[in-house]
Amino acid sequence: MASEHFFSEAISPWMQEGPGPEGDIALSTRVRLARNIEQYPFPVFASEEASATLLRYASSTLLNQSEEVGSLEALNMNELRPNERQVLVEKHLVSPYLIKNMEHSAVLLNNDESISIMVNEEDHLRLQCLSNGMQLEECYNEADRLDDWAEANLTYAFDERLGYLTSCPTNVGTGMRASVMVHLPALVWTNQLSRILPAIHQLGLVVRGIYGEGSEALGNLFQISNQMTLGKSEKDIIEDLRGVVMQVIQRERHARESLLGSSRVKLEDRVFRSYGILAYSRMMTTKEAANRLSDVRLGIDLDLIKGISGNILNELMLLTQPGFLEQYAGESLTQEEADIRRANVIRERIKLEL
Amino acid sequence: MICQNCGQRPASLHYTKIVNGAKTELHLCEECAKEQGESSETEHSFMSAAGGYTIQDLLSDLLNMDQSNTAGNAEKKQPKKAARPLTCDNCGLTYKQFTKTGRLGCAHCYHAFESKLTPVFRRVHSGNTNHTGKVPKHRHEKLHAQRELDEKKRQINILVQNEEFEKAAELRDEIRTLEKQFQGREEDS
Ligand SMILES: [Zn+2]
Ligand SMILES: [Zn+2]
Repeated sequence: MASEHFFSEAISPWMQEGPGPEGDIALSTRVRLARNIEQYPFPVFASEEASATLLRYASSTLLNQSEEVGSLEALNMNELRPNERQVLVEKHLVSPYLIKNMEHSAVLLNNDESISIMVNEEDHLRLQCLSNGMQLEECYNEADRLDDWAEANLTYAFDERLGYLTSCPTNVGTGMRASVMVHLPALVWTNQLSRILPAIHQLGLVVRGIYGEGSEALGNLFQISNQMTLGKSEKDIIEDLRGVVMQVIQRERHARESLLGSSRVKLEDRVFRSYGILAYSRMMTTKEAANRLSDVRLGIDLDLIKGISGNILNELMLLTQPGFLEQYAGESLTQEEADIRRANVIRERIKLEL
Repeated sequence: MICQNCGQRPASLHYTKIVNGAKTELHLCEECAKEQGESSETEHSFMSAAGGYTIQDLLSDLLNMDQSNTAGNAEKKQPKKAARPLTCDNCGLTYKQFTKTGRLGCAHCYHAFESKLTPVFRRVHSGNTNHTGKVPKHRHEKLHAQRELDEKKRQINILVQNEEFEKAAELRDEIRTLEKQFQGREEDS
């Protein structure tokens, strides 16, 4: 029986530790390593039988040794209820792909949910470490340690020229994707972000919206990550990414300051209007919620709004996703019903803080 | 600049797309970019916030371009009696299956499709075709030791630059010991 807190708490314990380094802008850091085990076919084209064998072998081997990395708990995807699987996806502890392949997939989680090891994702293992704020080195060191531990118990598919062999050739080499989630309202409002983006792309990094589809980044939340995995060492990738993210953070801070300097009342008006709407409205779309929450979070960071934790943004962005609302309602919802529930959830949450 | 697609709204997104080896610059407004770049929310699609051209798009463009060329040529030369399609003899995946999904079947596929993959790596990984990062200890001892040595040498340079000479001297001794061990192993094998 899986521990209930994985599903009942929307926010992972590691997120609740309060703001991390550069926490006014950087919300969280993630480092993921893709690994495959020698001799076994990669999951995407593996037979049912091969997938089942790999799952049994990998999860039992790792679980048997897990005291070395803190206790891990294995959750087999096909043994979970649909809403439980959904909650794990919304918490970014598993990927949607892991659930698509749920007959033969599992996730190993540690107690504070800062470590997630997906088994039979697109690769046999996806080792993932999460932390709050901007902590790329720390997160990488943790992932590196986890990887050393896994490697001591399993033999990886590794080529001395190409590095770690992955199912998709865009991950070959280090198999590493490192990313930082940043909140960039001032750069978006002042139209500076669209000017910075091409330069970031030139450096081989990717910026994408976390919520929303296409070019729309709901809640001004972006993820900056490395794209290249072959030819640079992990440390260099982390260092280059860190450098760029720090620059983006500096620019956002600068943009916030100049907004405060040049149009303080306008900014305050926007922040407090959004606050009022969140606190009193009876219906709210995903898009409006995201934008209002971004405003309020900015107000908190600029000390315009006092007495509310900044976590309200991350938390309510999660809780007001259409999937999440339906799972908590226990039934499918029409657009209108979802909008009503969303407004309720936000009002309740804001009242909790007052 | 005006959006190339609708010719009405100002273009706010600018990116480069490579089609059949030719670079095309695209300037689109947000709405048109959204229409063109429908992206799923999975981690597999590295959709940029700018509605940009993703690494997955690049990969599938590279693979399909290659496929359309070779398929066309093969048909012209010998209509039906085509040679056995390029296949991984370990897992049985054909190169064609790979181009459809962008996913390989097993570790051996990297060798089976090597000639086709190398140009892809160059494009996707900024010209690089060799891994220079972490090496597992297990089964790759020599390379692992070599990388450790390289890393220590890198650190020593930083220490010297920062004028931390005592620490640098310690590290130098460590490097010498490692080098001796390393040479010893070389002679053994
Ligand atoms: Zn347009
Ligand atoms: Zn194969």
